[in-house]
Amino acid sequence: MEEFAALVDALVYTRSRNEKLRLIAEYLRATPDPDRGWALAALSDGLDFPAVKSSAIRNLMKDRVDPVLWTLSRDFVGDTAETASLLWPAPDSEPDPPGVSEAVELLSAMTRKSVLTGLPNLLDRLDASGRYALLKLATGGMRIGVSSRLAKTAFAQAFEVSVDQVEEYWHGLEPPYGPLFAWAAHGQAPPDIENLPTFRPFMLAHPLEDTVVDLTDYAAEWKWDGIRVQLVRAGEETRVYSRSGDDISATFPELLDVLPFPAVLDGELLVRGSAQGGEEGGAASFNALQQRLGRKKVSKKMLAEFPAFVRLYDALLIEGEDVREQPWTARRSRLVSLMARLPESHFDISSVVQARDFDHLAEIRAGSREDAIEGLMLKRRDSPYIAGRRVGYWYKWKRDPLLVDCVLMYAQRGSGKRSSFFSDYTFGCWDGDPDTGADLLPVGKAYSGFTDEELKKLDRHVRQNTVNRFGPVRETDKSLVFEVAFDSVHESKRHKSGLAMRFPRIHRIRWDKPPHEADRIEALRALIRD
Amino acid sequence: MSTDFSWIRPEPHGIHIVPADCWVDPSRAVAKALVTHGHADHARGGHGQTVATPETLAIMKLRYATSDGATPVGYGETIKLPGGVDATYIPAGHVLGSAQILLEHAGERVIVTGDYKRRADPTCPPFEATPCDIFVTEATFGLPLFTHPPIEEEMAKLLDRLAAHPERCVLVGAYALGKAQRVIAELRGAGHHEPIYLHGALERMCRLYEEHGVGLGELRLVADHTKENMRGAIVMCPPSALNDRWSRRLPEPITAMASGWMRVRQRARQRNVELPLVISDHADWGELTRTIAEVDAYENWITHGREDALLRWCQLHQRRARALALVGYEDEDD
Repeated sequence: MEEFAALVDALVYTRSRNEKLRLIAEYLRATPDPDRGWALAALSDGLDFPAVKSSAIRNLMKDRVDPVLWTLSRDFVGDTAETASLLWPAPDSEPDPPGVSEAVELLSAMTRKSVLTGLPNLLDRLDASGRYALLKLATGGMRIGVSSRLAKTAFAQAFEVSVDQVEEYWHGLEPPYGPLFAWAAHGQAPPDIENLPTFRPFMLAHPLEDTVVDLTDYAAEWKWDGIRVQLVRAGEETRVYSRSGDDISATFPELLDVLPFPAVLDGELLVRGSAQGGEEGGAASFNALQQRLGRKKVSKKMLAEFPAFVRLYDALLIEGEDVREQPWTARRSRLVSLMARLPESHFDISSVVQARDFDHLAEIRAGSREDAIEGLMLKRRDSPYIAGRRVGYWYKWKRDPLLVDCVLMYAQRGSGKRSSFFSDYTFGCWDGDPDTGADLLPVGKAYSGFTDEELKKLDRHVRQNTVNRFGPVRETDKSLVFEVAFDSVHESKRHKSGLAMRFPRIHRIRWDKPPHEADRIEALRALIRD
Repeated sequence: MSTDFSWIRPEPHGIHIVPADCWVDPSRAVAKALVTHGHADHARGGHGQTVATPETLAIMKLRYATSDGATPVGYGETIKLPGGVDATYIPAGHVLGSAQILLEHAGERVIVTGDYKRRADPTCPPFEATPCDIFVTEATFGLPLFTHPPIEEEMAKLLDRLAAHPERCVLVGAYALGKAQRVIAELRGAGHHEPIYLHGALERMCRLYEEHGVGLGELRLVADHTKENMRGAIVMCPPSALNDRWSRRLPEPITAMASGWMRVRQRARQRNVELPLVISDHADWGELTRTIAEVDAYENWITHGREDALLRWCQLHQRRARALALVGYEDEDD
């Protein structure tokens, strides 16, 4: 654990990506199995200990520190694990740090009851850095500037193997990744994933921004507003994976016996309806799909009311054949010919948008809001299917955002890089005429869209204009106007205003604008297109 | 004759001593100000008359280039103010010249500490705990997670890193008044007698410290030296220069920052700090609570920082306390 804790500390304070890669690679080479496998899992967010959650830590701490002081401290630090590591009373005994494997074993064996004694015992065996590393490992989300991709790249670098191969095998394996180390570090045969319904990393798009492309090189498709999924059939089993590679098969049982041959397909999961693109578009709004998300069990009523289907974008593997190296045009025609073998009830294909040239396409995009479509995708016709976000191949070209002027109402401290700054803002619109005493009702929350300099000013504004405190939340004097950009707005029962925004972010801070000139709820409601 | 502390009032812009019509650490210009120490959020320019220690007055003169109406008061000295108020300046242990101000009127004693710490500091005399009825305390590091480690540990961390990279330099960001000089003096105390290189913004304050008898050893200006000279050396700069273009003239600097905030990892990350040095000129949680207990005042007024938590501690320990809503005090880069 000491070596792992030292690695975590070094990573926290290292800016350079190359230096991070070097540090992780060095650790992976120097550390024995299976410790290094568990460490790799921790760095790539691959560990889960059901009994050891932030709430368990919170409960432990509240027995040791006054609950109010704990909450204030946690709120300031912005991270439960770090706060606990700093506030944990120093034990009388000499540290007796467990190895990473021992720690993992102990954490895995903990139940919701035994965690209350087991975790303190472990923490008492460590110093402050060790406690931090242990709690981070136990609760996931290291927030030390290491993405799962970076961890895999470091692994590839440590053992001089290709990171693409690592990605390919990764999702078929589980921590501590014995077969992966056997292959990369000990020269044994690569892991066999051919007959496993394994997730393959998605190909992602860059925002187009000011780039102009030639449509002889690029094809355009609609950007549908559902969730990106990968449908995998192998070894007689079908699975549905979300963009992050999470297995969401249980949420969409209707998709598990409709793919009649082994394949890996990429598409948008949608619910039947006519909100997006009218009757022709055939898809309900994201709001409708949301009713289906996050459920572990799905009722018959849900299945009937919100029937899901996949609008296919691409194919990665077809009946054992890897087509990822082929150009997009070739994959597209393979996909088109596959459609005859797929049931219409659960599949269609995302059609190509026909445009004379880029200007014409821009006109079509300008109408996309009218059709309640999120925007366009541009795909280079010769692009292979490459994991991740590679420049120049795929672009997303979203419709222009909507803008509305809102008033800052509440603020909360952020976490991670924004820890201890008031960086999470709740804002509202007027429920009537502010000059005749109307109230503000919250309409959304945003955490982004401002620079670090602006964040400092906003933090100061919140601290100097606080009128009320509710635990970690500060209520401000409602004197500051934000111009908020958002993609769309929908009816919502969850919010008092009855509205929910999609992707709201701060577009401009209107230090100059008096709050009574901000928009009214009615103006926002008029933008609903469901 | 006013009694029951009605003669002293916390107002948004400072603490008002009513019968004397003067202010302690006012955040805007007033006719007569009593100033605890030279940091900008306590010592503003433009007052008609300023009462402070000679060191604080020298610091203010350096910063604001005016010395009109300056009344020096040494440690332990008492000055009589109008309206029957006595003010005594007592060491606060924060920075050179820093003082707590004991105000006495009609048999009532109020101490305004400004900022303070309880740790030894080679650049200023130590805090003296003094009995009083109202104790006005800061709360910059007023959360139980703030425990400043012994400074020797932080110096060892710095010198070890320096020794491990003889071809590079360690660039230490430190507040220009107090922190920078204390770090230099502690380095000398730890046996580091090599020349230390300074960012131009630190030069005058270091000279001022030396004129007041604080030895800082050989100091050189970065501007006068080449990259080669500075390999293996410690370079000091204000925190704002840490990630500035200015540092490009240095030999592969390892970025360090000396501040109590460095205790929190994400705070160090926010500043892109590679070597966090947990060094503060403010009292940590243990010092704050110990001091409140030791002074044992009838009531504690908490001025700036994490006042909620210190208020809670007072409540848990049956001590009267209230938070003052003073404006203009900021979390400096301490």
